[in-house]
Amino acid sequence: MKQLLILSGKGGTGKTTVAAALAHLGSQELPMVLADADVDAANLELVLEPTTLAEHDFRSGQRAVIDAQACTDCGVCETVCRFDAIISPTDAPFGDAYQVEGLACEGCAACFYQCPEDAIRMEEQLAGRWFRSDSRFGPLFHAHLFAGQENSGKLVALVKQQGRDLASETGARLFLIDGPPGIGCPVISATTGVDMALLVVEPTVSGVHDLKRVLSTTEHFGVPAMAVINKADLNVRRSDEIATFCHERGVELVGRIPYDTSVTEAMVQGQPVTAYTNGLVSEAIRGIWKGVKAHLLLDE
Amino acid sequence: MIITVASGKGGTGKTTVAVSLTLSLAAADEGADPVFLDCDVEEPNAALFINPVVRERREVGQMIPQVDLELCTLCGRCAEVCQYNAIAVVGEDVLVFPELCHGCGSCTLNCPTGAISEVLDVMGVIERGSTQSLRSAQSSSSTEVGGSSGRIVFAQGILNVGEMMSPPVIRQLKEWGIPPDSDERPVILDAPPGTACPVVEAMEGADFVLLVTEPTPFGLHDLKQTVEVARDEMGLPVGVVINREGVGDQGVDAYCEAEDIPILMRIPIDRGIAEAYSEGVPLVEKLPEYAERFRALYASIERLVGESKELVR
Repeated sequence: MKQLLILSGKGGTGKTTVAAALAHLGSQELPMVLADADVDAANLELVLEPTTLAEHDFRSGQRAVIDAQACTDCGVCETVCRFDAIISPTDAPFGDAYQVEGLACEGCAACFYQCPEDAIRMEEQLAGRWFRSDSRFGPLFHAHLFAGQENSGKLVALVKQQGRDLASETGARLFLIDGPPGIGCPVISATTGVDMALLVVEPTVSGVHDLKRVLSTTEHFGVPAMAVINKADLNVRRSDEIATFCHERGVELVGRIPYDTSVTEAMVQGQPVTAYTNGLVSEAIRGIWKGVKAHLLLDE
Repeated sequence: MIITVASGKGGTGKTTVAVSLTLSLAAADEGADPVFLDCDVEEPNAALFINPVVRERREVGQMIPQVDLELCTLCGRCAEVCQYNAIAVVGEDVLVFPELCHGCGSCTLNCPTGAISEVLDVMGVIERGSTQSLRSAQSSSSTEVGGSSGRIVFAQGILNVGEMMSPPVIRQLKEWGIPPDSDERPVILDAPPGTACPVVEAMEGADFVLLVTEPTPFGLHDLKQTVEVARDEMGLPVGVVINREGVGDQGVDAYCEAEDIPILMRIPIDRGIAEAYSEGVPLVEKLPEYAERFRALYASIERLVGESKELVR
């Protein structure tokens, strides 16, 4: 079983479009398992229309809670908190005791240990949910991190672990993961242990800049990468610049997808673009699927 | 006034809107110089469009424990109080794992022998500077009158490759980059995508959150989650900019109407804008008629912030 992660650095370059289309094309040829590792803006499910089979709580992290009865307003908690998460009685909207600003609290428990009155307790957080679903292209693991929560990396790791286990058990050939944007915690978590990253890049100044940073990240963690240029004809010169850059860095460019509104039309219809139209975009993605198969040795 | 420009979904036009809003305000004949902070420290892009001259640079990160083994009795209290498993007593040594540490200082506070001090673990850099004056030569007389120079005061954070946590870099960027007189001048923050802790950090302390979305199912789905963070969890006033109007469907319009969220601006889908963007040319430079519209956008935000402050009173 091979694990392929779709990444981009910059957001909105077409990760999910490519992931959904590869799921559509790939599932016709070999058994696969899918995962959406963009847990704070999960979109793959909008195209795959999955049926949820099981739903689980994601409990992670904790938050301080101050008992207003026991609090003597000494202010030690405010002094030790480095995250500005303690609201003093003068600023608190209700009541006259110290309070905790939930989103700012990082659950470090410094206040819990320092409170002389033992008026603070730590409460475990329900930080999100994760789902095992069935989609028309194979089993899908996805998740929803609640608004403003931390530990997205842990939830990504959990979703990946579940998907990988099922893929191994069922003898799936490919585990396809739609990744998050950026280069931080959830991206690092998504990158760990995969066989290949497919970088979706757009031919813009931002796209080029962000490609370099995400490629440095995959290199840092020892994951080989391939690239595709989305909206390639928007700026042919920049696309060529990306092709040269990829060549120099030993990253194979496996395709150029043209700029076309059919991509958005397909999204509105809840369809992978390759299932929606047989135009130039679909043709390009079929070529990319061939390239992916060749690189991951899935033809053997 | 601090405005955070956010989106949930990436690539909807946060940077386009934040940059053009700031450029339009800087080019106006009146008002103080706007301040721009690029808080997307994982993938900072705004400098590619604003071209600031960086004058100061500072390494940032968080304070991590350093154990003096002369004083340490290997009692293990530090490991017991650490909620992140970032410090452990192993045999005759104490190991610190910087990538797990949140820099909370609880181990330092709890060490019974005072054996822990803290050192900076560098996670990235913050930079600041400004642009050249954007005002036309004819109107430069107002410089002496209003005290503004037509420049953009710029700051950005850059997370080092391989670092997990961006919030500490964003936090320090804000402390360093937001001027004390932020009530009297426009301060525009370009947020990272998503709805998790880095976005919260970029919204914390803002007077208004401007949500840039595209009228598609993906845009709508992620817009809803960002409204949950900004309005429902953080209690901040929000407004929407619909970018690439003309593609997609009516879902975002319907949602905003149902939720009583003002749509403050609409930017049509235009291959010309996308091509200019690809070369690092901001929207208002490509289509100068937008400058007035962005200044009107700022005026509507000022009004909405005023109204929401009235409500709180």
